[in-house]
Amino acid sequence: MTTAACDLIVVTGKGGVGKTTVAAALGLAQADRGRRVLIAEVAARTDVARAFGQRDGTGRPRTVAAGVDQLSIDPGRALEAYLRQQLPRMVAEVLARSRVFQPLTAAAPGLAELLSIGQAWDLTSAGHRRAYDVVILDAPAGGHGLALLGAPRTYARVARGGPIRRQAAAIDAMLRDRARTAIVAVATPETLAVNETVAIRAALEGELAMRLDAIVVNRLLPPPLRAADAAALREAPADPAITSALWLDVAARTQREELARLRRACGGVPVATLPRRFVDDLDDAALRDFAQRLRAAP
Amino acid sequence: MSALADTLEGAGVVVCVGAGGVGKTTVSAALALGLAHGGARVAVITIDPARRLADALGVGPLGNEPQRVDLGGGDADGELWAMMLDAKLTFDELIGRLAPDAATREAILADPIYQQLSTAIGGAQEYTAMAKLYDLVTSGGFDVVVLDTAPSRNAMDFLNAPDRLLAFLEGRAVRTLLVPGGALARVGAGGAGMALRMLRRLLGVDLLGDVAVFLGEISGLLGAFAARSRAVRRLLDDPRTRCVVVTTPTSAAVREAEYLCGELRRSGLAVAGVVVNRVQPVDPAGADPARVSARLSPVLGEALARRVAERHAWLQQLARRDASSVERLRARLGNLPVATVADRAAAVHDLAGLALVERQLFGTVDQAELMRQP
Repeated sequence: MTTAACDLIVVTGKGGVGKTTVAAALGLAQADRGRRVLIAEVAARTDVARAFGQRDGTGRPRTVAAGVDQLSIDPGRALEAYLRQQLPRMVAEVLARSRVFQPLTAAAPGLAELLSIGQAWDLTSAGHRRAYDVVILDAPAGGHGLALLGAPRTYARVARGGPIRRQAAAIDAMLRDRARTAIVAVATPETLAVNETVAIRAALEGELAMRLDAIVVNRLLPPPLRAADAAALREAPADPAITSALWLDVAARTQREELARLRRACGGVPVATLPRRFVDDLDDAALRDFAQRLRAAP
Repeated sequence: MSALADTLEGAGVVVCVGAGGVGKTTVSAALALGLAHGGARVAVITIDPARRLADALGVGPLGNEPQRVDLGGGDADGELWAMMLDAKLTFDELIGRLAPDAATREAILADPIYQQLSTAIGGAQEYTAMAKLYDLVTSGGFDVVVLDTAPSRNAMDFLNAPDRLLAFLEGRAVRTLLVPGGALARVGAGGAGMALRMLRRLLGVDLLGDVAVFLGEISGLLGAFAARSRAVRRLLDDPRTRCVVVTTPTSAAVREAEYLCGELRRSGLAVAGVVVNRVQPVDPAGADPARVSARLSPVLGEALARRVAERHAWLQQLARRDASSVERLRARLGNLPVATVADRAAAVHDLAGLALVERQLFGTVDQAELMRQP
């Protein structure tokens, strides 16, 4: 995928389409190239740890696979973490104990989102810590994900000074630099997910003045049957297996139509596909298979 | 009638809760449709900007007020009204109603901090959803109001976010920081001044000032805001308010649904049941590919029979997983109703499709029927 050499990969998309799985697979694909990878998710829930068969984030990066670390960013605690980093210890302690942070971050336009994306940015090669070759940001769904991307610019406009404002401008510049940041939308080949992906692209390229670099279409069913075979099945006597095959066939055809619609609506954006798997939670082998497919994708 | 229909009997408010992407909007609309078919006058509020409800109901873009949905229906039907929540507009309306005078209203609406708060960030979406819910319930125009909650990663946000917003509006935290004897005073007067100066320098000089100005503007509305919050809380605590947890049958989703039921109950809300969406029906005859292939070969020829058997086996693998997920939920949740919606009837494009989901929720169609008819 076009994301190969980026410092930051932002994974967004509609809720429930498999963003976390795709972020994990992209992480493995990057680690296969010998890069040190951090997968950062902005949420209280630790989805990425779960994808790698582990539970519960600790607030610090933890290793989930060879060359892949994972970090859960809690937007509510991002300001506290930032202040501890920036202020003398005693002052930071007092402020931390005052429980002022969550409401204050909620008040300042884009501050919670800025500090969340800032934590991820800080761990890229552009940040102070330069701890990872690539940071993959598993962003929240839809509008919340877009809010995250728009936050640095929003904040830079509202705040009229201070180091955070300077950092916001730096993060914004990095987000707009296609050589360093890739924005990937995950979708499924279904009407609503395609609609939302098209809307995400429009919002990115409209008000945010950013670019969508790649689309990953998850859960693509196997190709439909030949038309003659499908017709033969419709003529055959009722049987649960035939019902299954026909249902899957209709679903596969509908998916192909939605995929084609997505490609038309997002012309110019490379589209990679991942197959629908008929098992429950993805195991390690499945995740590695996905990683291979994403590496091989245009 | 299904067990879920029983636990929804007499409900005045139905809140659909669940993770993003599980089909909450469709289930909300189907529940609303079912309640309307039962003779009630029902309004359904959806918050989702992707206009899923509009798709499901086959209506055009909805306004910020409920619109009547044509059920094309029988005399026993009640009414179904649907709306898509516009968080910004709802918040603006609320400010308009609560502001003591026009000057205050204009000052607040133009304030950049307000404009931030009134869009998707900071719990305002959840707050406005509650405000709208409260308006529709107290308008007296509906027997039942169904609320589809916002797609957030934390499904409990709908409950907690409004309180967080109110806490901010009341300026509790900022006061903690500034008042004599507050947190900063403990480092001594000089220390407090230093800490504040540092905070201001870090955040951008005017930001704290902006917040203070905004809190000043909004202070006249605080009493009304707080009263409303308490009223909404009372509405949620009312025994006629019921939550329905929506999930898909993957094991991660089912674990989360179970957790949600516990959280909702701990928060004092009544849970009416769980809806497991997109379930594959189990073929009681089994799906061993060799046997299915042998059975179908005389009719379809060997090659096609093999492909059919393979596909049936895929889906039955999912069906077994789904069945065990549903079983697990039923075992864990005791006598709480667990309704299922078949995957093959979960994709809704029109009112007829929605009615098929409704019939599954209200128990007027059985899974075996769905197995036979795609």
